[in-house]
Amino acid sequence: MSTPSSSGRTAPPSRPATGPAPGAGAAPATPMQPSEAAAQATLGVETTARTIAEAASEPVSGITGAQSLVRSLEAVGVEVVFGIPGGAILPAYDPLFDSALRHVLVRHEQGAGHAATGYAQATGRVGVCMATSGPGATNLVTPLADAYMDSVPIVAITGQVPSAAIGTDAFQEADIRGITMPITKHNFLVTDADEIPQRIAEAFHLAGTGRPGPVLVDISKDALQATTDFSWPPRMDLPGYKPTTRPHGKQVREAAALIAGASQPVLYVGGGVLKAGATAELAELAELTGAPVVTTLMARGAFPDSHPQNLGMPGMHGNVTAVTALQKADLLVALGARFDDRVTGELSSFAPHAAVVHADIDPAEIGKNRKADVPIVGDAKATIAELVTALRAEHEAGRTPQLTGWWAQLEDWRTRYPLGYDWPEDGMLSPQYVIERLGAIAGPDAIYASGVGQHQMWAAQFVKYEKPGTWLNSGGLGTMGYAVPAAMGAKFGMPGTTVWAIDGDGCFQMTNQELATCAIEGIPVKVAVINNGNLGMVRQWQTLFYEGRYSNTHLNTHGGKPGAPRQVRIPDFVTLAEALGCVGLRCESKDDVDAVIEKAMSINDAPVVIDFIVGSDAQVWPMVAAGASNDEILAARDVRPVFGDGQV
Amino acid sequence: MPRHTLSVLVENKAGVLARVSALFSRRGYNIESLAVGPTENPDLSRMTIVADAEAQPLEQITKQLNKLVEVIKIVELDTVAVQRELLLVKVRAPLADRAQVLQTAELFRARVIDVNTDTVTLEATGTPDKLQALLAVLAPLGIKEMAQSGTVALGRGPRSMSGAGTLRPVERSA
Repeated sequence: MSTPSSSGRTAPPSRPATGPAPGAGAAPATPMQPSEAAAQATLGVETTARTIAEAASEPVSGITGAQSLVRSLEAVGVEVVFGIPGGAILPAYDPLFDSALRHVLVRHEQGAGHAATGYAQATGRVGVCMATSGPGATNLVTPLADAYMDSVPIVAITGQVPSAAIGTDAFQEADIRGITMPITKHNFLVTDADEIPQRIAEAFHLAGTGRPGPVLVDISKDALQATTDFSWPPRMDLPGYKPTTRPHGKQVREAAALIAGASQPVLYVGGGVLKAGATAELAELAELTGAPVVTTLMARGAFPDSHPQNLGMPGMHGNVTAVTALQKADLLVALGARFDDRVTGELSSFAPHAAVVHADIDPAEIGKNRKADVPIVGDAKATIAELVTALRAEHEAGRTPQLTGWWAQLEDWRTRYPLGYDWPEDGMLSPQYVIERLGAIAGPDAIYASGVGQHQMWAAQFVKYEKPGTWLNSGGLGTMGYAVPAAMGAKFGMPGTTVWAIDGDGCFQMTNQELATCAIEGIPVKVAVINNGNLGMVRQWQTLFYEGRYSNTHLNTHGGKPGAPRQVRIPDFVTLAEALGCVGLRCESKDDVDAVIEKAMSINDAPVVIDFIVGSDAQVWPMVAAGASNDEILAARDVRPVFGDGQV
Repeated sequence: MPRHTLSVLVENKAGVLARVSALFSRRGYNIESLAVGPTENPDLSRMTIVADAEAQPLEQITKQLNKLVEVIKIVELDTVAVQRELLLVKVRAPLADRAQVLQTAELFRARVIDVNTDTVTLEATGTPDKLQALLAVLAPLGIKEMAQSGTVALGRGPRSMSGAGTLRPVERSA
């Protein structure tokens, strides 16, 4: 195969998120030498991916399936692949060796998958991961399920045993297509080398359009080794795939009429608004309506936290005002949200007085959990823009909502039940304080990726998000171990941005080996380990619901259990960080918090890990117990808000 | 729960049946019967799915099915649609009973497709109700073995799912 840069032909700039790059060229470009291509193939140089895409779009014949695969990835505009080679995928790694697209050699396939997800969430482009057959592929199952639940566009390429061996229980054989059917948007098994460009183009199109999601392409080893011809763009053949992106005008007008007539509306904003890049439209709608906005866990950053209309996060650990606003609303305008059980609590008592406008690109989400009075199927960006237009017409016709009373009520709740926390009684560091300071010092331009548990909820509550793509987490699947590899992927995609992983001591031990990848590949992420020595969220539930019987939640990362003979920290995260090629720091007192964060902020040539030793007994509040009604929200332990209207 | 018949045009590709059946199982929907076969278009297969569901779960079923990339179109057939099942049944038929078996077959317009000294095998087509009635009459004689297909169905009238003047599909998906 010729090197990607040996011929020059430009194609219009294209992003994988919108499908394969058009191949037919326009003006000729200056051919680039391979060394230049390699030099430019550094972190996040989008123009390089474009140049590679142009060169790769040249038709060639008599190449291997593996070369066709790498050419296809180049042509579709891929900038980076996170992966690990192995037997069945080995043929693909040979042409990858010569390619100008970057391959990041991760330490575990789960890291590759979450890195692709973090890259996609931070950049809006399709993330790519690669693994071999069998265990390589099954190690991608968790990140694929994670990306499926959170609608993240990633493409996974896996090697498969030779087609003649499929079904024989061959060495490292797993039916990854069958295994991942319920956790991918779509998947393919390719056994014919000629199909490779088409399947890759289709995979990227499916992943990045409509409701985004993960797509897996499993390619048998013999297909990678066979001789084939390559041309780009291939014809896509997806007759059953026609996502509805334009909303129905009549539905939009009905929604606008409901909004204009509501006296207690709430804009219930979900991750779909971020996926659609609709934050500017949302801001316009919010200000036009004057309605309060709640941003779900997946939508933090979709609307600025500093905006007076932002009530914050709803849900199990949402703040009292956001949760209660939904409960008391007479109209919910759900935008790219899916009425998840962690938001609704007990469904039958969720927002009992509210009419529902539900806008989503996936019609199956509408009416799935909560009946919609006005369903709108469409892309959030187009839908919100049309809602703004329709609402203007309502206002011009003299129908403007009167929300003064509603806001007086909301402000009263806000004043009485602000987010807050107590310092641990044992005098140890408060985890909430650490996270609050981290957010204040790193600021709203930084990207924050969190694991799952208490630290995730505190990071969602106490970091103030102002911009889209700055908060990455595992919302739907709740994948411990997400933070470090996701931060790695995000940092690769956004090299000029500070990227913090906010992790727990439990989560951190699941995937911290990717710090070796970060150190070696020059991806200087920063990790704040909120080390409370325990599986904190589980411990909180044991405190609240299991009479403080702490079964199997003590992790020894503060030292042994009380009375145990060995009081050493296992592992010691500072020395672990150093062993992984990172700078390791530790902080145990309030006075040192700012200084240690600032020190970490000043180190940009290596990954940094800060081991924050925090109190074990801190709890996440407010809380709606699992399965309980949102009306049962507790602002703090045993503190039931009083709303003074006899209903709550 | 009301019974619904969905006629689903899918791409004729390996793994589509697995996707559809896995979807039903994962989301906890019960399939009463499922029949798959070729169509007039070699690129398409038709699945006829009979499911018992209330209106709201049925809507979810069709929406989730529509999300499968290989599903082209879904139509819910109304109650007057032509619905047929195929039944093959091997009945104990010693000489003493044979006349009764044959008479029953004639009543139900079933055909004899195999005969030997001890048994007669009948082939019958019809609605599920008719085949149930046939089996009820044959049961006292002694059913040795039987095989029954799922329902296949087509809407009545000149319209079709794929050609001009097509039947109205259930709401499209993303």
